[in-house]
Amino acid sequence: MAGISTTAVRAPFSLTRRRIAFHVGTLFLFLGAWIMIFPFIWMVSSSLKPTDEVFDKNFTIWPNTFAGFDNYYKVLFEQPYLTFLMNSFIVCAGILIVQLLTAIPAAYALAKLKFRGSTILFGAVLAGITIPINVTSIPIYVGIVKVGLLDTYVAMMFPFFVSVFAIFLFRQFFRTFPDSIIQAARVDGFTEIEIILRLIIPSAVPAIAAFSVFSFVAHWNDLYWPLIVVSSQEKMTATLSMLQYQSAFDNDYGGAFAAATVITAPMVVAFLLARRLFISGITMTGVKG
Amino acid sequence: MAQLSLDSIKKSYDATEVLKGVSLDIADGEFVSLVGQSGCGKSTLLRIIAGLEAPDAGEVAIDGVPVNDLPPKARNIAMVFQDYALYPHMSVADNLAMPLIMARLPLAARLPIVRHLTPKHRSERPGIRGAVEKVAHQLRIEHLLDRRPAQLSGGQRQRVALGRALVRDPKLFLMDEPLSNLDAKLRVQVRKEIAELHATSGLTFIYVTHDQTEAMTMSDRVALMQGGTFLQVGSPNALYTDPQKLDVAKFIGSPEINVLPGERRGGHVALMGRALNLAIDGEGPVQLGLRPEAIAVADAPGLIFPAELDRAQLIELPFQKRLLEDLGPEILLHGHFAEHPETDVRIRAQKSGKLRMDGPTASRDELTALIDPDMILAFDAAGERLAAHTLALQPAGAA
Amino acid sequence: MARTAAERRQTRLAYGLIAPATFLILLIYVGPILVVFGMSLTDYTLVSDYYEFVGLENYSRMLEEEPFRNALWNTFVYAGFLAPLAFGLGLIIAIAIQERKQFRSILEVLFFLPVTATLTAMALVWAALMDSRQGVLNGTLDLMGLPVLNWLGSPDLVLISLAIISLWALMGFNMVLFLAGLTAIPKSLYDAAAIDGADGAIDKFLRVTWPMLGPTAMFVAVTTSITAFKIFDTVAVLTQGGPNRASEVYLYLAYLEGFEYFNMGYSAALSLIFLLIVFAFALIQALFIDRKVHY
Repeated sequence: MAGISTTAVRAPFSLTRRRIAFHVGTLFLFLGAWIMIFPFIWMVSSSLKPTDEVFDKNFTIWPNTFAGFDNYYKVLFEQPYLTFLMNSFIVCAGILIVQLLTAIPAAYALAKLKFRGSTILFGAVLAGITIPINVTSIPIYVGIVKVGLLDTYVAMMFPFFVSVFAIFLFRQFFRTFPDSIIQAARVDGFTEIEIILRLIIPSAVPAIAAFSVFSFVAHWNDLYWPLIVVSSQEKMTATLSMLQYQSAFDNDYGGAFAAATVITAPMVVAFLLARRLFISGITMTGVKG
Repeated sequence: MAQLSLDSIKKSYDATEVLKGVSLDIADGEFVSLVGQSGCGKSTLLRIIAGLEAPDAGEVAIDGVPVNDLPPKARNIAMVFQDYALYPHMSVADNLAMPLIMARLPLAARLPIVRHLTPKHRSERPGIRGAVEKVAHQLRIEHLLDRRPAQLSGGQRQRVALGRALVRDPKLFLMDEPLSNLDAKLRVQVRKEIAELHATSGLTFIYVTHDQTEAMTMSDRVALMQGGTFLQVGSPNALYTDPQKLDVAKFIGSPEINVLPGERRGGHVALMGRALNLAIDGEGPVQLGLRPEAIAVADAPGLIFPAELDRAQLIELPFQKRLLEDLGPEILLHGHFAEHPETDVRIRAQKSGKLRMDGPTASRDELTALIDPDMILAFDAAGERLAAHTLALQPAGAA
Repeated sequence: MARTAAERRQTRLAYGLIAPATFLILLIYVGPILVVFGMSLTDYTLVSDYYEFVGLENYSRMLEEEPFRNALWNTFVYAGFLAPLAFGLGLIIAIAIQERKQFRSILEVLFFLPVTATLTAMALVWAALMDSRQGVLNGTLDLMGLPVLNWLGSPDLVLISLAIISLWALMGFNMVLFLAGLTAIPKSLYDAAAIDGADGAIDKFLRVTWPMLGPTAMFVAVTTSITAFKIFDTVAVLTQGGPNRASEVYLYLAYLEGFEYFNMGYSAALSLIFLLIVFAFALIQALFIDRKVHY
């Protein structure tokens, strides 16, 4: 209870020291950020260079000899990269549409309707979340071989037609929707389907959008499953084509990195355009433990 | 015990000036409330006093010592937060012990694992435990010491927050809307407890709230803030009966003060075209404020006639009742003066205990309101208080 | 027992709504898991339809064979290097970014960018950066007067190099999760801590940040570990398990056994063991998540 003890205060705040530490920290953060984006810069830069310049000892961001036009022309018009991108798009879009069509009704039933077996179904959903494709790939592959669907879009999409994660996520989201509104809608004469279409889905747009990004990015970047079921150039996805690149274009570095740029670009550009949505989508596995 | 003085405190966030140079002296042991609507700067001022924010300009001094450069911990203050800010991962006992641990133990003795190697960790423990138990006893929360905040009710959390503030034996007790998360009944009870705590501890209290009732019931002085300045600082009574601005008159008092349009002609005031026995210098429109209890109802059995009204100089105005609210000991009448439908008038009247709802007072819609010019608070068009005085009584003006 | 017609209608509707998802869950999860288990007890190969029940032979083969132990060891080394760094750096960067409000969004974007990028494509870039003779990494080391490294070509270094690539790809993900956790900490707790005397960086971290971040930290630790165990893409693209099996990780071995050598029975056994490992991590998380801090 003595007066304000000035001795207890170590060098009032040591404000200057803190400020210097703060700015040094900022500097390190930007240095780290530079390291994070350097591979992108290097990739784009190399995609504009002729092959012999890519591995030049003196790296320059802007090429000495500009070969960007040649490189990208080859990738886009002489090689089937546009087909690969289209394949990736078809597969991702197909997966997403079926996932939403199967997950939203099931999630609504689990969240808001009472029926026998709901606990078992929800248990299966929870258990399913932890099961990666790598574990179930063998039987699914054998099954696909048996029905003769290898190297088709259906085969590429099939294991992902139901997303247990989406069911779980939407169920959690739908549960927060007030029962009183659903009951009021029933009193007003809405059918259950109308309730889903006109009340639940509009209210769940943020979750649906975030999940769509999550699903799209995950399957765009997936290598494992296409590697197993795709065998022809016609069905090759963008991601898978990079594996092929390793051997096929060893000598055309400029072209290789133009191809890498073309394949990376859609997701990166989409991310830069819709940053919030992407971050919430990709990290949404972290929203609910 | 501490005396606090604030001198021309300024604070801006980006382009918004939150505090526009406020000054205030708070005496040792005083209970001062900072009241105002959200965004008026009251919380920012409190945070500046606490040292959680630095003012852009001006000086904060405790007991005459400038503390602008001191961190919160060196100011010997305690603060209770709106959401209590209890550490959710610690037991009540650990929450209460936190300020003491931070103050008495060196860094090494506070680190995980390493602390077991330090002598202080052991030697200071009984003292800290003792202080915690003493405060817990004082606030009657001994039985909660082992629980976590999540297991407590709102009122219990509130006590723990008070305890954490008390345990460090502060000179200055700061509270930021501490009652706003409690239900109405609990609020009244804790209000009383805080007032008692102030009385028994003799500490200087600074209390931030948006609720004028809290401020009025507990404070020695109320500082009413608006737009980063003090509108008026004074005792609760002074703010209620002698507001210097219309905004003050409107903010303090519930139901809100009635504001009626008036006109000055040659120093005399007319209320809605009717000459009043009231003189104000100057010409032009005035705003006349009348507290709801300063209007009486004529010929109303079951209601007590307010003793402070001077029957000799009452003015009669026909009153059209729209709604009657029965509040138990008193009633509230909503309506307008019959000749002036644009007025919105509230009248509060004490029941004498015999008011019958089917009786004439409650069932009639056409009533007669009585106004005593002496009770009128006059303000100019800008809302500044005007000096007014009643004239010598003229026989014709009597009701 | 008196169920109204409306209730019965609702139940029928519920079954209708769950039918497609349930059917697919049976087909994609339940069925295959059962088949994997059955298959792991046989010597089934895709090549011939004839197979025999071999009991636990596939599992005992794991214990005996060098490739399994090698793959498990490689995966642990890789994960042991990657997971702590991805966790720690993610946390440090998140705290640092959180404190710099004016730079927060730009830094968040820059650090998160690798997460969205297609790893197989970026792996090619990393291979070029890590090229032993002409790569930028060795160029930089050389410039600083340090010895150059054979990043992807040396058996001792290849797992570390792969971990560095994954660290680059994963860190932003963890950072964003930590940022979300940090944002959720009530600011008044830091104020209260400052008044109580905890205003230094260490005290703030120990008294408020770390305890309040508990559930997030647990989640990040588990997801990072599982992701680390799932490494496949970069190995498939860059090293194919080489040099000399030094980067043959668990899922890559399972892939080779199943889809290159068509040892489906053995690969099924490998898959099941992998599932057990993942379940173990999920279980740890489930046990700890119950202790979640409530406020």
